[in-house]
Amino acid sequence: HLAASLPLPAERDHLRPRIDMIVFMIDIKSKYSLKNVEASLAYVDASFFLGKVCFLVTGVGRVNCCSIEMNAVWKLGETYCSPVLFCELEVEGIRVATAQRLLRMLQICAGHVPGVSALSFSSLMRKSAND
Amino acid sequence: MDETVAEYIRRTVLKIPRDEIKTMLQEWGFLSEAQLQTINFHQIKENISQDVVQLCEDNSANIKQAAVLDVIYNHIYPNKRVWSVYQMNKTGEETVIFDLTDFKKKFKRGLRSALKNVTINFRVYEDNAIWIRIAWGTPYTRPNQYKTSYVVYHSQTPYIFISASVLKSNLPLLCQALVAASNYHDIREMELRSHSLNSLKDIVFKRYSQNFQTYYPKPLPERNVAPESDLRIIDENKSEKERIERVNREIFGDGPQPKLEFAQYKLETMFKSDPKMDVLDKKEPFRCLVKFSSPHLLESLKSLAPAGMADAPLSPLLTCIPQKARNYFKIREKKSLLPGSFVSP
Repeated sequence: HLAASLPLPAERDHLRPRIDMIVFMIDIKSKYSLKNVEASLAYVDASFFLGKVCFLVTGVGRVNCCSIEMNAVWKLGETYCSPVLFCELEVEGIRVATAQRLLRMLQICAGHVPGVSALSFSSLMRKSAND
Repeated sequence: MDETVAEYIRRTVLKIPRDEIKTMLQEWGFLSEAQLQTINFHQIKENISQDVVQLCEDNSANIKQAAVLDVIYNHIYPNKRVWSVYQMNKTGEETVIFDLTDFKKKFKRGLRSALKNVTINFRVYEDNAIWIRIAWGTPYTRPNQYKTSYVVYHSQTPYIFISASVLKSNLPLLCQALVAASNYHDIREMELRSHSLNSLKDIVFKRYSQNFQTYYPKPLPERNVAPESDLRIIDENKSEKERIERVNREIFGDGPQPKLEFAQYKLETMFKSDPKMDVLDKKEPFRCLVKFSSPHLLESLKSLAPAGMADAPLSPLLTCIPQKARNYFKIREKKSLLPGSFVSP
């Protein structure tokens, strides 16, 4: 399901299946994109932040068009205990690889991979300096 | 043949893309078909232009004949120049039948009465467009063929398209001569400028697709079209997207937009800030210039809302550009009880 922002339109509530994972896409070229994600986070139930949320930063191939502070993005990931992934959608190889990663994460979040739960994503969050 | 003429012809030919040189020379008609056959159009342009100059020498070209080639070039590549639009007014209802010879005579007389040193060329095209090329000199110097103004006049309309050169001081004289020659009373600048001459014509002749208040029924044709995106992707905001598309279509119409490169807004409005901030306690207008630029401004404005970068509908200050036929605006405070801004003519 694609949405431009949260909350989701109420009129479609009855058509929606269970939500297993939320990927917040932040376009590196658009300050508005980051603001929009920050505003939408307020509408997410706390239980999602146990591994079912991830941030995807797109457009990283064009570093010269960067409009957002990378510190702000890292902080967002830390505050919400969720992984931050980077990709460049315009390059097919990276796009496909990112999609495969997200798909794998989704399988885990939906409980389709026995023995692995979404909670283990938080271990990806630890900075190596802290270990 | 004068060496300035030779140099002028050489430089004009060099401007033309190599594949087009032969056709333009044929259209020019100054060199005979037999002469054109002797030129090798596959060599480098430097050599082609030398050959052309040599043949023109044989035919003793003068500057007026050379200027015709320049007119042809600019008619095919008008987008290399910036064009401004002017509108003429006449008081009274007399419809005078347009006479081309009379127009040309009066125009030349009008210009030459003030400035003897000008080169004037006329060329008429099938769409009733009269192209006028003027090379300006001064009372003491010969006309500078590289400082030219172009005028395009559709005689059945009151509109004039001028591409002035750097010599802006000659503009009033040019306007006077045009008004007198076409039997109008006065002329005003429309604050509409662009590189694309055809788009300017589209705007003033209302040839672009306009936003009529048409009722769009539920899109029947779409049911037969295969869905564009994968059925597994569900858009939560589909109704909002459809609303944006609809509003956009109502504002911009369905067809391609005229091509403009700039929109400029000169603001002379009061600065409105949080009263606690107390910025600018002198109650004077805050002068500010806002300029939008784009390779194709109207198309980019049209794509802003669908791309999620602006709310739909867009500000009328932006969307009124084709209807008002202007892209340079002055915005002043509305002098009334209600605060607001007002676009001045």
